[in-house]
Amino acid sequence: MEVSELRTYILRRVVYAIPTLLGISVIVFLITHLSPGDPVRLYTFGALNVTEEDIQALRAHYGLDQPLPIQYIDWLLKAVRGDFGSSLQYNRPALGLLLERTPNTLILAFAALALQLVIGVPLGVLAALKRGTWIDGVVRVIGVVGHAIPAFWIGLLLILAVSVSLRFLPSQGVLTVGKDVWDIGDRARHLIMPAFVLALAGIANYSRYLRTETLDVINQDYIRTAHSKGLRARTVMYVHALRNALIPMVTALGGLLAALVSGALVIEQVFTWPGVGQFTYAAARSKDYPVIMAGVMVASVLLVLSYLIRDIAYAMVDPRIKVP
Amino acid sequence: MSATATPLIAMAPARRASAGLWSNALYRLRRDRLTLAAATTLTVLVVLSILAPLLAEHVFDRSFEQQDLLKTYHPPTLDPPAYLLGGDELGRSQVVRLLYGGQVSLFVGFVAAFMNLTIGIGLGLISGYFRGPVDDVITWFITTLNSIPIIFLLIIITTLFAPGALTLTIIIGLLFWTGITNFVRGQTFALREREFILAARTIGAASWRIMFRHVLPNILPLIFVLLAIDIGTIILAESALSYLGLGIVPPTPSWGNMLSNASTYFSRAWWLVVSPGATIFLTVLCLYLIGDGLRDALDPRLKGAS
Repeated sequence: MEVSELRTYILRRVVYAIPTLLGISVIVFLITHLSPGDPVRLYTFGALNVTEEDIQALRAHYGLDQPLPIQYIDWLLKAVRGDFGSSLQYNRPALGLLLERTPNTLILAFAALALQLVIGVPLGVLAALKRGTWIDGVVRVIGVVGHAIPAFWIGLLLILAVSVSLRFLPSQGVLTVGKDVWDIGDRARHLIMPAFVLALAGIANYSRYLRTETLDVINQDYIRTAHSKGLRARTVMYVHALRNALIPMVTALGGLLAALVSGALVIEQVFTWPGVGQFTYAAARSKDYPVIMAGVMVASVLLVLSYLIRDIAYAMVDPRIKVP
Repeated sequence: MSATATPLIAMAPARRASAGLWSNALYRLRRDRLTLAAATTLTVLVVLSILAPLLAEHVFDRSFEQQDLLKTYHPPTLDPPAYLLGGDELGRSQVVRLLYGGQVSLFVGFVAAFMNLTIGIGLGLISGYFRGPVDDVITWFITTLNSIPIIFLLIIITTLFAPGALTLTIIIGLLFWTGITNFVRGQTFALREREFILAARTIGAASWRIMFRHVLPNILPLIFVLLAIDIGTIILAESALSYLGLGIVPPTPSWGNMLSNASTYFSRAWWLVVSPGATIFLTVLCLYLIGDGLRDALDPRLKGAS
């Protein structure tokens, strides 16, 4: 694909992301505002010297007396500038609190992604090359089991075995209290278990996917050609087969990132990992509305971005893709 | 072409006359031991859950909320059978609670999945058949819904509405249909260009008749595959939500909230963590295996594909 064509394609995809984000904001806004319970009455509940006029004044102050569409536009205009209001619990801007925790979620997600690739891809290729043997059987079992197993349960079992019984790895947080912030070794020890648990479904996915793709590719004519012109089996495998088997994998990336962002919430909770999900969950439990809404928006933006990266990567990797 | 095709046909021995799609599928399923084992296991789990009140009364002699503070954290034992899988922090019978939890988890899974199926098929057929602006709107909505991490969406909804089991089922039923819609839409796109659809239109069949009588029967078989997988996914999601304390709320036991309870006490009673998780795993595994087996049986060309 020409560079200018690619630029047009990227631009088009970015523009397409806008209605999606608008739709998400409408859904989040509606759910929050249609829920039962008046926030003003909730926060003035039990206060003795609050009159009906005070409540009306407060409603007017927060714009809650306006019609819903006006409230939405008001909220949206602020949200676009990064103003989601202040956390009711911490009395600080909700977005700032979440952005402080975003790096932790990204570290966890990328560590899990790396594990998925490092474990899942070789497993799938190996299964395809040893088709019909016990290795193939084991990989196919992993492919189903990895999906069916509740990841947070494996997390609990790992904590029980590795942290509680063996006292080998820490079970919560990103860093031991009192250690240096740049202590990479300590951080890695905290990261291993949550990243592995989060990676489980993806490992299953990649191994299944790569097995099918590799089987598909090694039966192609150009592989036979490569063999017959006398190339070594290893060269044919790595240079011809694997490269082509990996192309469609890029499409799987988007779905996997989605699973990572979504799954991270539960895993973060299991391992008390201070990320976006864990914080949003804590906010949900204490009904901290501005943080809940900002949290869902941050997670959704991460997701839309990852879909965008997937599509662009696909357009760059596969020369056959047409610009729509 | 024909040179390669002929020996292939000759190689396949004609054991039986080829009949309809379903009888062919049934023929292959009967030879698929793994799928049969999965189906049997799932049936046993469903029957045991349905019979929970009877089993609790006559076999275990315990109701699910009955406490025995002298037997807290009772380790698994055969005598009395009520502590087959141990007792929890209030001395309640883990196995009885597991059976009742099964009622809830399986109910949510099956009912929500059928809601997904109804919405998914309806929207998918409309989107794929009418195309144009209707399709654009539905596709935009699906893209939007898929761009919100599903757990986050469930968390805001469950926090704000604090649903019971039935409401939770409806919420999940209204949210997990996008995959089915995409599949049905794609299939409808392809089918509507076929000659038999054109023929139906020529004799003046109404759109709804073409969609439901001509298109749908051609997609239905593979939809059962999606259904099995959907039920499994829903059971996993419900267990995660209940584990977080946002799904099914105690004292009603569900497999998920039994785990959240157990995680508080697990250094004292590991068996409380093991059994609910293993049951979820077994159930979902059976559903996924049935899905895989059904797909292979319905369309052997796809065998081994992901």
